[in-house]
Amino acid sequence: MTTSVNPADIYSLARHYRFQWEEAQQCYVLLFPEGMIKLNGGAGEVIKRVDGSKTVSDIVAELQQAFPDAPDIESDILAMLQLALEKAWLEKRN
Amino acid sequence: MTTIGNNGVAASKTNTQPLWLLAEVTYRCPLHCAFCYNPTDYDKHTQNELTTEQWIQALRDARKMGALQLGISGGEPLLRDDIEDIVREARQLGYYSNLITSGVGLTEKRIQEFKEGGLDHIQLSMHDITEEINNFITNTKTFELKKKVAAMIKGHGYPMVLNVVIHRYNIGHIKEILEMAEALGADYVELANTQYYGWSLINRSQLMPTKEQIDHAEMITNEFRQKVGNKMKIFFVVPDYFSDRPKKCMNGWGEVFMIVTANGDVLPCHSARVLPGMAFPNVREHGLEWAWKESPAFNKYRGDDWMKEPCRSCPEKEKDLGGCRCQAFLLSGDAESADPVCTLSPNHHLIEKAIEDAKNPQLQAQPIVFRNDKNSRRIAAGEAPELVKEFHALP
Repeated sequence: MTTSVNPADIYSLARHYRFQWEEAQQCYVLLFPEGMIKLNGGAGEVIKRVDGSKTVSDIVAELQQAFPDAPDIESDILAMLQLALEKAWLEKRN
Repeated sequence: MTTIGNNGVAASKTNTQPLWLLAEVTYRCPLHCAFCYNPTDYDKHTQNELTTEQWIQALRDARKMGALQLGISGGEPLLRDDIEDIVREARQLGYYSNLITSGVGLTEKRIQEFKEGGLDHIQLSMHDITEEINNFITNTKTFELKKKVAAMIKGHGYPMVLNVVIHRYNIGHIKEILEMAEALGADYVELANTQYYGWSLINRSQLMPTKEQIDHAEMITNEFRQKVGNKMKIFFVVPDYFSDRPKKCMNGWGEVFMIVTANGDVLPCHSARVLPGMAFPNVREHGLEWAWKESPAFNKYRGDDWMKEPCRSCPEKEKDLGGCRCQAFLLSGDAESADPVCTLSPNHHLIEKAIEDAKNPQLQAQPIVFRNDKNSRRIAAGEAPELVKEFHALP
């Protein structure tokens, strides 16, 4: 059922999911029926950019620019998005 | 990344924060389910429910401490006419809110207001594919209503979360129940095997299925899961009587869950008030922060300092924290003993006996004690020894 993440793909958060910053936990969280996920810093930065209009390569480029000291983050970003897709946190928009 | 909830794993032991707040806003209920976990003496709490303002204050206080997931439950929460206000406040505070309902009292007008107020999802209880079992186990005629409410929830663009409590009377219909859920467009289905607290403990011999039935039900569930994939998420909550090890109850006492009951008691779990000698804080007297961090009740079974053998030296103690304190007390009479579900517990024979008892046709045939005000009043007044069976092993 799950396909691989491609550079031209556009994703949004799955319906009924909410993404927000939590002051008390000092992290981003994903909220959904019966559950929640605390996202570590890197994962939070990736999911923050999933907005239903940016392509995967847009997101990679943006993060590379935002974190110039982190080399080779592309594979980490793709792995994160792949995991999110498999967990059904994301929906493909194109 | 930390996953919390149905997927396991709790917060760290030190500096705990409540992540889930369950608001049991009323114990009044139009249904009379034989498996209800509510206290059997709930009737004494129906006259002193918290006001809207008190609920809103509790929501604010818990949110400040980090609570994120809000369950609005009961009884039947829709018997209160201020759920709209509570929902609106919850959304403004940033909760992900869930209305846990039987569906009775959900109208077009109310669901519209919930939608506008920002309620995130609605969890509807369903009981069976047959009208006969639905009406029998709930002691009401609610079968058609539930189907209508399911369509209403879907029609308003809500994720459809169905909760089906599983017991002897419907465990043979798992496949059909899942088919019904799929046909109703359910996004999530929780097959919640009955756990034995409150009313379900009284009715244990009549409700408990056999191990073979549970294994079969789980197999069918796994097959169905393969078939539907991510379209419909199915949770099969394994009944702990049939496990070798106890559940890590509530993900640990005072670790992530906080419950505020209809009358304002603050509890670390649904049934904690059965434990003897405990003084639970009440929001009328104490703030939630004190209740969570400082109250003797919340600290009593936090961590593992309270443990006795065989838990204390057990290499698995961090995995389950000795199981459920309420179950330990209800079955053995000692709240600090190992949960009898554990095969290492000296009281494990009590579980084996319960499983044997459930096969006894004479015990099975005993009349079910339905959750209703009259039965509750009699139990609260100590007038119904025939309804409250003796489970304790100790005199």
